[in-house]
Amino acid sequence: MSSPAARRERALLLMGLPALLLLGVLFAWPVLRLLSMSVEDGSLEHLQRAVLDDLYLAVLFDSLKIAGFVTVICLVIAYPLAFWLSRASKIGLALGMFALLLPFWTSVLVRTYAWMVLLGRSGVINRMLRDWGLIESPLPLLHNLGGVLIGMVHVLLPYMVLPIYAALLRIDPDLPRAAEGLGAPRSAIFRRVILPLSLPGVAAGCALVFVLSLGFFITPALLGGGRVIMIAMLIEQQVRELLDWPFAAALSVVLLAVTLAIYAAINRLTKGARLAS
Amino acid sequence: MPPDRRGGIGNWLLAAFATLVFIFLMLPLLVVFPISFSSASYLQFPPPGFSWQWYQRYFGDPDWIDSTIRSFQIAALCTALSMLLGVPLSFLLVRSRRRGIWLLDRLAAAPIIVPTIILSIGLYSIFARLQLIGEWYGIAVAHTVLALPFVMILVGAGLRGFDESQEQAAIGLGASWATAILRITLPQLRPSMISAGFLAFISSFDELVVAMFLSGAEKTLPKKMFDNILMEIDPTIAAVSVTQILLVAVCLGLTTLFGKGALATTLSR
Repeated sequence: MSSPAARRERALLLMGLPALLLLGVLFAWPVLRLLSMSVEDGSLEHLQRAVLDDLYLAVLFDSLKIAGFVTVICLVIAYPLAFWLSRASKIGLALGMFALLLPFWTSVLVRTYAWMVLLGRSGVINRMLRDWGLIESPLPLLHNLGGVLIGMVHVLLPYMVLPIYAALLRIDPDLPRAAEGLGAPRSAIFRRVILPLSLPGVAAGCALVFVLSLGFFITPALLGGGRVIMIAMLIEQQVRELLDWPFAAALSVVLLAVTLAIYAAINRLTKGARLAS
Repeated sequence: MPPDRRGGIGNWLLAAFATLVFIFLMLPLLVVFPISFSSASYLQFPPPGFSWQWYQRYFGDPDWIDSTIRSFQIAALCTALSMLLGVPLSFLLVRSRRRGIWLLDRLAAAPIIVPTIILSIGLYSIFARLQLIGEWYGIAVAHTVLALPFVMILVGAGLRGFDESQEQAAIGLGASWATAILRITLPQLRPSMISAGFLAFISSFDELVVAMFLSGAEKTLPKKMFDNILMEIDPTIAAVSVTQILLVAVCLGLTTLFGKGALATTLSR
């Protein structure tokens, strides 16, 4: 006769088993199988090419650079927004959440299409600026880095706002009140009480946005117009056009390794920040 | 806090900034509305006149309708599967006291972190061998992998806030464990489950990267849109977009009504 605790554990395991099987067969297996293709023929040649060739290295650095830009821009926009949301009235909060979540739930494709309509040479923004006599010839807003950044920030901003907002809500309101009672000016309360306590949310948001933007595919493919190449687009091209599976696999190894390393590094930083605060 | 003047200006600036960001967020959604009702035969802004022609073209074209129905089927099956598998999984991940459980927790959350392109081509090579490319249920099952983390995070959060002694009370009164979960626990998890269900549906309905590789000639709606955007930007896509935005707005409205805003805490983990 087994103990109730052991029986309980067995029942719980049984509940989780179907989902774990699905994740094993349709997630872990395909990913590991793909990664192993990079060394399928017993040589490290493909991996070496992915890491050492200047051309592919440049794409990797471009992807890291774009992911870094997107993360910084999102943070700069999201922090004040989350701060405002955390102190907004009930109506303000409801409207704000609606404006944040409606785009968040709307297809990336719909939004990317809309940005093409807005930013194109004869798009809405250029058209308006010209009608108002502000510009002579259309500004190049699309098919360049700027266009890609606008589109990506639009997609990823909620991933930054929501964790920071949640972290701000978790701060005990007595803490800023106590600081105020002790005579601290508002700027000091923000800098020395609110900001440090919200850092775990900031780190979580940064990790998520950086990692998601590193693997981005649709937005740069459509808004970059072929002039902005990110590593996910390179992988797709290897499979689709060149049918070079081992090299696509090698690039996947690099992308996944960088992704996991950065995610782990930011998570470790968070733990440090939590201990310090 | 006492309203001092510097704080007043600061608050005002903050509110102005927030408004600008909300305009930035809503602008792309709003701009497709006038374009979808345009009477021009190509993309023109402002539209010269009103017409329903792009909606007629969308709803009158069997290609568009087929891919819309296909995406609905896929999203419905994905929602059912991810709830049936994901809710019990949340019980395991939240309640088990096994030592290695955090590892399974990481595995279940991994599809968010691992770039979708890697999973997509990994699945592509397997599905091609099994001749599953173009089968709608194949895509639905693959989408389930992507939707499971959302279900697990939302339902897991609901479950953590649930007082397990209620279940034990029911068992003490003679109910079986299964009955206690079905009649006591699950009804109280309904708000998180509704949010999770809508999120799973929308995430599958919108998904492109996996569908790009697995759908073959049987295009899903996002794949059809992607191809159309690459070839020509005609206002049919604006009509499709407006239809999708309205669908999302309805889902979001229902979630806020019945889901108790559980979504705001979704990504806070």
